[in-house]
Amino acid sequence: MLQAFDSGTKTNEASFRVLNPNGAHAISVGINAPLDVEIAGHVGYYCGGMNKWASIIIDGNAGQGVGENMMSGLIHVKGDASQCAGATAHGGLLLIEGNASARCGISMKGADIVVKGGIGHLSGFMAQTGRLVSFGDAGEALGDSIYEGRIYVRGKVESLGADCIEKELTDEHRAELFALLKRAGEAHNVDVSEFRRYGSARKLYNFHIDNAGAY
Amino acid sequence: MCGIAGLFIKETRLQPRLGELLASMTSTLCSRGPDSAGFALYTAEESGKTKLTLTSVDARADYDALGDMLSRSLGASVSLTSRYTHAVLSVPTSLAQSCRDWLLENARDIRILSEGLNLEIYKEVGYPDEVARSFNIGSIPGTHGIAHTRMATESAVTTTGAHPFSTGPDQCLVHNGSLSNHASLRRELRRDGIVVQTENDTEVAAGYLARELKRGRTLGEALKSSVDDLDGFFTFVVGTKNGFGVLRDPIACKPAVMAETDEYVAFASEYRSLTCLPGIKSARVFEPKPATPYFWEH
Repeated sequence: MLQAFDSGTKTNEASFRVLNPNGAHAISVGINAPLDVEIAGHVGYYCGGMNKWASIIIDGNAGQGVGENMMSGLIHVKGDASQCAGATAHGGLLLIEGNASARCGISMKGADIVVKGGIGHLSGFMAQTGRLVSFGDAGEALGDSIYEGRIYVRGKVESLGADCIEKELTDEHRAELFALLKRAGEAHNVDVSEFRRYGSARKLYNFHIDNAGAY
Repeated sequence: MCGIAGLFIKETRLQPRLGELLASMTSTLCSRGPDSAGFALYTAEESGKTKLTLTSVDARADYDALGDMLSRSLGASVSLTSRYTHAVLSVPTSLAQSCRDWLLENARDIRILSEGLNLEIYKEVGYPDEVARSFNIGSIPGTHGIAHTRMATESAVTTTGAHPFSTGPDQCLVHNGSLSNHASLRRELRRDGIVVQTENDTEVAAGYLARELKRGRTLGEALKSSVDDLDGFFTFVVGTKNGFGVLRDPIACKPAVMAETDEYVAFASEYRSLTCLPGIKSARVFEPKPATPYFWEH
């Protein structure tokens, strides 16, 4: 199922189509080459995990951990994504046309995640850096224990997690968001000023007894 | 991990295929739990008859002799169908309780896995595909059913420790996860008169629902309150005489995916378990939300 494809692999093929994936796990995991991969159907767990350079299009839904620990490249899910989409991802763009489930962008470390639907509870949990954008609503405890990273949500936020606060949307952020929308093909379809920005209050960086209750 | 699956058929055309589809769904989940497997199937009702599914802890083979003795003692015709290590007794509903009492007294090796007008439960230790084959689950028609492949975490790998668990008439439950307050809750349930036969945490969950139903709650209410009263990780799939329900813990720790078409509603731990279902490509596929009971009824 196209795994661990390295740039040293002896082939000139630069594009692949994966047919009838039938929800199989670990498709296109560990690719380390600038390939184009199109997967025609729903995938199981960890699709595109650790991706480096490749552009992976999933014409269906994705199971848990799509794009987990992605380093660079693009993963485009045309349907919905299950839990932990883009977990610990360091770079690249994870674009989800539908909804993402719980813990989207958990512990993200530099990737950009754009979800055109909504995101589930505990999204952005412990995010360290990177950008997470939701066109729709966000579930409970958004950005719980977030270190850094920027979260932009257009819809309703069920609740904010520990140490996550709403922050001002300045011109710098509007420009950043616009660039992300452009990469997601939505540059002039969605108005950046409709989003609200969330991030860390930075109270839990270092232990202080007065904040003990917030952990 | 454990793998769980459920299929609720809306369209009678698919009913002859219940066992076959459920066995195929379970086959894909084998990797999630190789310790044991179990199937609860809601099959055709015989007028005025109650079904008791039996298994023997001593691997009894002579179920026919048991049936003969039971018929003579109760003075009524009792029919018995054996299937691999289990047997389904069909008794006049008015005699179901006497039948239970007789078995308790005279057949100490027998465990009653289920009682109901429709429900039959088949579960055994071993690799899930083998279990399905041994019971010939694929040949059983019905309206709805649930299934489990077990990766044991909370109790021993035994036939009676396999899922599904049934603690009330035509009621059953499978579980993926683990409960942390099952010991105290088991004591509480026993005090409240609920029979809990094993040390398995899942039986406590089934017993909890049975108690709440006994107290007059609807299944939806009982599922809702279990979010507060059961501590731990869980995705439950429950069966009732006419219905099929799903509940996940508030963190939604365990995976769950559902598919709905005009013909059925299906649940599985993983999408690949649903790919054997007819029309799955055009089904509405979704994830049940945490702490939210879902329920379908005939």
